[in-house]
Amino acid sequence: MADTKANSGKLLDIRNLRIEATVYPPGEAPKTITLVHDVSLTLEKGKVLGLIGESGAGKSTIGLSSMAYGRGGVRITGGEVILNGRDILKAGPKGVRALRGREVCYVAQSAAAAFNPAHKLIDQVVEAAMLHGTATRAEAEKRAVALFKKLSLPNPETIGERYPHQVSGGQLQRVMTAMALCSEPDLIVFDEPTTALDVTTQIDVLAAIKDAIRDTHVAALYITHDLAVVAQVSDEIMVLRHGRLVEWGGTQQIIKEPRQEYTNALVSVHEIEHQEQQPGTTPFLSVKNVTAAYGGGHVKVLKNVSVDIYPAQTLAVVGESGSGKSTLARAITGLLPPEQGTVTFDGRSLANRLADRPKEDLRQLQMIYQMADVAMNPRQTVGTIIGRPLEFYFGMKGRERDKRVAELLDEIEMGKGFVDRYPAELSGGQKQRVCIARSLAAKPKLIICDEVTSALDPLVAHGILKLLLNLQQHEKVAYLFITHDLATVKSIADSIAVMYRGEVVRYGSKSKVLTPPFDAYTDLLLSSVPEMEIGWLEKAIRGRRMESAGN
Amino acid sequence: MALRQIPVTAWIGLILTGAFAFCAIFAPWVAPHGNGEIVGDVWEPMSAVHWLGTDNLGRDLISRMIYGARITMEIAVAATALSFSLGSILGFTAAVFGGWFDTLLSRFVDLLMSIPTLIFGLVVLSVLPTNTLTLILVMGILDSTRVYRLSRAVAVDINVMDFVEAAKLRGEGKGWIIFREILPNALSPLVAELGVRFIFAVLFLSALSFLGLGVQPPDSDWGGMVKENKDGIVFGIPAALIPAAAIAVLAISVNLVADWVLNRTTSLKGGRG
Repeated sequence: MADTKANSGKLLDIRNLRIEATVYPPGEAPKTITLVHDVSLTLEKGKVLGLIGESGAGKSTIGLSSMAYGRGGVRITGGEVILNGRDILKAGPKGVRALRGREVCYVAQSAAAAFNPAHKLIDQVVEAAMLHGTATRAEAEKRAVALFKKLSLPNPETIGERYPHQVSGGQLQRVMTAMALCSEPDLIVFDEPTTALDVTTQIDVLAAIKDAIRDTHVAALYITHDLAVVAQVSDEIMVLRHGRLVEWGGTQQIIKEPRQEYTNALVSVHEIEHQEQQPGTTPFLSVKNVTAAYGGGHVKVLKNVSVDIYPAQTLAVVGESGSGKSTLARAITGLLPPEQGTVTFDGRSLANRLADRPKEDLRQLQMIYQMADVAMNPRQTVGTIIGRPLEFYFGMKGRERDKRVAELLDEIEMGKGFVDRYPAELSGGQKQRVCIARSLAAKPKLIICDEVTSALDPLVAHGILKLLLNLQQHEKVAYLFITHDLATVKSIADSIAVMYRGEVVRYGSKSKVLTPPFDAYTDLLLSSVPEMEIGWLEKAIRGRRMESAGN
Repeated sequence: MALRQIPVTAWIGLILTGAFAFCAIFAPWVAPHGNGEIVGDVWEPMSAVHWLGTDNLGRDLISRMIYGARITMEIAVAATALSFSLGSILGFTAAVFGGWFDTLLSRFVDLLMSIPTLIFGLVVLSVLPTNTLTLILVMGILDSTRVYRLSRAVAVDINVMDFVEAAKLRGEGKGWIIFREILPNALSPLVAELGVRFIFAVLFLSALSFLGLGVQPPDSDWGGMVKENKDGIVFGIPAALIPAAAIAVLAISVNLVADWVLNRTTSLKGGRG
């Protein structure tokens, strides 16, 4: 520590950084918008600073400025970025080339998209170190293998010989961390490295990244929207909003005694009051011993699944990706006809195939998707999107239809001004609200919600969940809520089904499922949800009873 | 939309295409002389009387050009319209229905495409009577294989998107899915293709006429006029180059317009920004 202080302490010093971009709205003069408003930060050697904020807060933009890089036409127009005692914004193309991949390295959000699928992993990992001449091929490979070992990747000696598609998402993210560390940089920018991973995988990657940072004494900027995650790895946290600094302080202070209202909202998000309802006497939809498979029966994705849904209640289906939870929804809607088993609805059994179901059955079962922007036809206006089910199921036309559309927009807390807008003109939360209105328009008994909040920022997701609960009370609609996020489940569910590799491993009312003793998988799932508490990560890793599926 | 916002290139394209279209539609009134009227000597140079000179039989070249525009564009427009309606509807249908329908149609199209278009056209036209309708049908059907491929590829991509699945879950019929969900989203690549296909139709027709299987004398399209006057090139007479240049200018101007339309249809915000 004394050594680093003698080295003049500060590694990165960003002063009054201003970042602008020019937008070209069709039909208007181009205009300049400011993305980052005079943000300053400093980072000492070997420290980790967490940058946190919603999408559009400018956190990635600030992170990339430490490599003098502006993504997609973004310009750094003001301020200084001082790295290792020099202003890198004045370094010129040659100076920047010497810096990137040598002094500063970058770990991207989606490792699957960031690796070149045509090259072996090891070639990509050692490339930067070799190009910068800091190591020979043999040295770099030795270093890479040591890093693979440190990041607890399986078969560290040979994993580099694989291609990116031959390793899992969590492993790929760790390989990318190894790639960043391989050229022994002074600073690594982690851009949401665990956001795309399952909770049980996230915890492994998080622990690996944390160990690697500690052992190599590298400094890091850790960018994420998840406060609980950043609390585990960083020494300091900086909260950003709309390109401005909201609050900057030690990790302990930010999560325990936030001084700003916005930080407080971020910290206390997810706390929704929801009284668990007792299951009624008769379920209106029951899934009995359903088995379903893809590829003509070769890949079994659902094995003997039985669940019940009661009127105006919520059944949450929880599990990792690949657990079959979305397939369950496809089997219920008839998109994937089950091989065995039945789905009973209102006392009669539903036809297996979508094409054989009467219109009335289709109306009663509606669905909301994870990605709201691809769930709506980009060429239709909000009015058409919401109005179509009204026309289709109830034959409403003209003024009657417009009136009902306005009512629905009102119910989802959006005004009349949105009727003529196209989906591209809406924010992420608004898009999801329109999708909710579209499904409500059919006056269904059941809405299947497939990961509806996982693509949204925490505060927006919070608003959507509250809206869904309100609507449940007014409209008496039941939800089948598919999610991997247990915090969401706790705040919305009445009963829970935990799925693992196509089977329901635990099923019952919320209080029963969330009360010990747990089976091994439920325990892993519950203990993997990051908590806003320093030292949680170590405790969780120690307390685990089984390996996550990602390993 | 304000006229000022149309870019310069689009203006050039619009004006030239408009001029060609005007000549084509009002040919009998615009042309100073009749189509087959012999008015002077063979291959007279350009003069105040005959603006572009005369052709190999002493007919006024500018009048022939104007009548030629009419025939060329009439056949090309009709053939393109046919190939697009046929190709895109079959392509979308194949993508939405899938299964044996898709396989059967796609293999049939592969079969048609495996025979070089020009040779196929020559064989068919040497058997059938050469009139405008046959030309349109042959060109339209041969070209529709290309449009089919493109629209099927685009529609297969769109067909798996969530909003199409949502429409299927709602219980919508195939017609709604094809025309209301897929077509509007497939429009951009189709418009881009439209400009190119129209020009290929013009070129194909010119090639056929040049080989003597297209439009029959005394009528003539631009390709036929190149053929009639090609012998003059050796003597330094530009009469063959003028219709060739007209083909080139038409190709460029139509594509300038197509590009501009493409830019406008790509906007997902109804052009509002």
